[in-house]
Amino acid sequence: MNFDELFGNFPALTITGLEQGAIYALIALGYTLVYGVLRLINFAHSEVFMVGTFTALWTWQALGYNQNSAAPALGPLILAVVAGLVVAMAASAVTAVTVELVAYRPLRRRNAPPLAFLITAIGASFVLAESFGIGTRRAPFGMPDLLPQKTVFTVFGAAVTNVQLLILGVTLIMMVALDQFVNRSRQGRGIRAVAQDADTAALMGVNKNRVILLVFVLGGLMAGVGALLWDIRFGYTKFNVGFLIGLKAFAAAVLGGIGNLRGALLGGLLLGVAENYAAGLFGGDWKDFTGFVLLIVLLMFRPTGLLGESLGRARA
Amino acid sequence: MTATVDNKRTAGFKSRWAAMPKQVRWAAIAALVVLLYILPNKWFYEYLGFPIGSDYFAFYTTRSDFAGVLFDTAVFVLLAVGLNVVVGFAGLLDLGYFGFYALGAYTVALLTSPESRFGTNWPWLAAVPLAVMVTMVSGVILGGPTLRLRGDYLAIVTLGFAEMIRLYAARNEGILQGQRGIPGIPHPPGSGTDGKPLFGVVDARPYYWLMLTLILVVLLLIRNLANSRVGRAWVAIREDEDAAEIMGVPTFKYKLWAFAIGAAVAGLTGAVFAGKQTFINSDQFVLESSILVLAAVILGGAGNIKGAIVGGAVTWYLPEWLRGIGDLLGVEFDAAEYRILVFGLVVIVMMIFRPQGLVPNRRRAAEFADRRKEAVPQETVPNE
Repeated sequence: MNFDELFGNFPALTITGLEQGAIYALIALGYTLVYGVLRLINFAHSEVFMVGTFTALWTWQALGYNQNSAAPALGPLILAVVAGLVVAMAASAVTAVTVELVAYRPLRRRNAPPLAFLITAIGASFVLAESFGIGTRRAPFGMPDLLPQKTVFTVFGAAVTNVQLLILGVTLIMMVALDQFVNRSRQGRGIRAVAQDADTAALMGVNKNRVILLVFVLGGLMAGVGALLWDIRFGYTKFNVGFLIGLKAFAAAVLGGIGNLRGALLGGLLLGVAENYAAGLFGGDWKDFTGFVLLIVLLMFRPTGLLGESLGRARA
Repeated sequence: MTATVDNKRTAGFKSRWAAMPKQVRWAAIAALVVLLYILPNKWFYEYLGFPIGSDYFAFYTTRSDFAGVLFDTAVFVLLAVGLNVVVGFAGLLDLGYFGFYALGAYTVALLTSPESRFGTNWPWLAAVPLAVMVTMVSGVILGGPTLRLRGDYLAIVTLGFAEMIRLYAARNEGILQGQRGIPGIPHPPGSGTDGKPLFGVVDARPYYWLMLTLILVVLLLIRNLANSRVGRAWVAIREDEDAAEIMGVPTFKYKLWAFAIGAAVAGLTGAVFAGKQTFINSDQFVLESSILVLAAVILGGAGNIKGAIVGGAVTWYLPEWLRGIGDLLGVEFDAAEYRILVFGLVVIVMMIFRPQGLVPNRRRAAEFADRRKEAVPQETVPNE
């Protein structure tokens, strides 16, 4: 137990934690949305994120950036980031929809038991990860250093970098946009209706399959944003990059209350911060265990999460 | 009541098999077991007149030592049989089955190896029961909080558990010695008539025989368990947990039992594996293996012991064999590289088109068929 490390670097650990937590939160949204509507843990969501990290990299390579290229000026930088963002979001959404159409919809049509869904989900996850693993020869890929980290200002002695501001800003914007979409738009009402009671919603004229598709699209878009931010912050990707982060994002979703959008944000940020405190306290080896231990403790004492479940009551 | 799902040919075989006198059936099973025992012996093929070492021999995996491949296959079969208790009988999705296997192997390694920080230097045989106990207890500890909840949480917690064990083993430089691993684990005891130790380094056959014997013992135990009150409780839980609870089945207790028994079988397998390998590190317990075992159970037919055996044998043996075939044709084709991809696809396709598996359990197949009949035809509703 290294309390000096924890309290000495408390502000820095908090800021790093929030930054990592924001990425977890974006991915956790995908788990939460699908779970809220289908009551299914979409194991393949971690691979939806992984596809996003690779497609953003390929976009940058197509634009002529590689690991050795110098950091671009502001104009080309914005262009590169936006292009990467759009491609990553699109690719992730397409992947999520493909998984739904190929793996889950046929099972729903056959009224398969819940166990069958989980098994196909894990199968889909491994098919995606392995096809990328074989395609990329299981090598890690470095990112072009588009946005070199620069300290913008300091809070209590902890440096806040431009990348951290970007991550937190983008996450908050996406979060608010998604929240407004689900709570205010016509499509969002459909999502909430199906989450509350699928059969009744169908009787009221909501097209269930379309809502489910929409939910996968939304989850994929958010994962794509998370993937881009991951690329910028951590600077590498690999075929199995999604596994650990997916597990943590799921823990974050449960922490905030699975099926609850605001819960996903809260859970993600909390998990990121807790992880960094644990790393400070027990050493970096233990960082990855925090989410897992937190998940088990939470399941024992408050299985519905901090903010409670249900996407249907998201507005309340 | 029972829907007939099997096609005619297998049904014909089944009824003919059931109609045979008991003695004949026992003799057939005994003959099969004897065949399995003599399978790795060279003299067996010499006696049959097969050209040994020839590339054209169909069963031999030309690229790997055949007895070694058989041992690995047996390891896989035993794991599949153990996981079948959890997934097939009780209907709990355990995605971190390899975690228990790793735990069993590491327990043996820590207690027996002279390189271990524990310094206990136990003989291998004494460490095995303890390894089984440790895995069983860890199964109870892990299952305790999660089995009370919805089944899908169990899946993700077990998945996390296996990966955490591997990560911890890879990073912990103290007790588990990180990637360097723990060397010097002793072999199982015993010596042949010539005074040489029975379990050596070169010959994998004794390990295969040991594993085969263990499989037979475990099969007998699990079969009896499945036909007992416990087995009936598992099936009731799998079919409808709420109904089972109302009928007075203590569901939590039996779920925990299934989970712990599955874990214990994995621990036993891991202990034997450590005894053969004499060296373990974290690289041997990757998560993909958990998924392969699950694929084996699903492919063979969850809920059916025979299915688990067939599935386990197919998932391990087939890629090794294909490797040999690739060599034969002069193609550099490593089937093991595509193993996870192919079995991931197999799992999806099986779940959609034949969820009961290759060798289905009749009751489980009927469950799937019933559910399919109940399915509301969604596509009859016109869009909007």
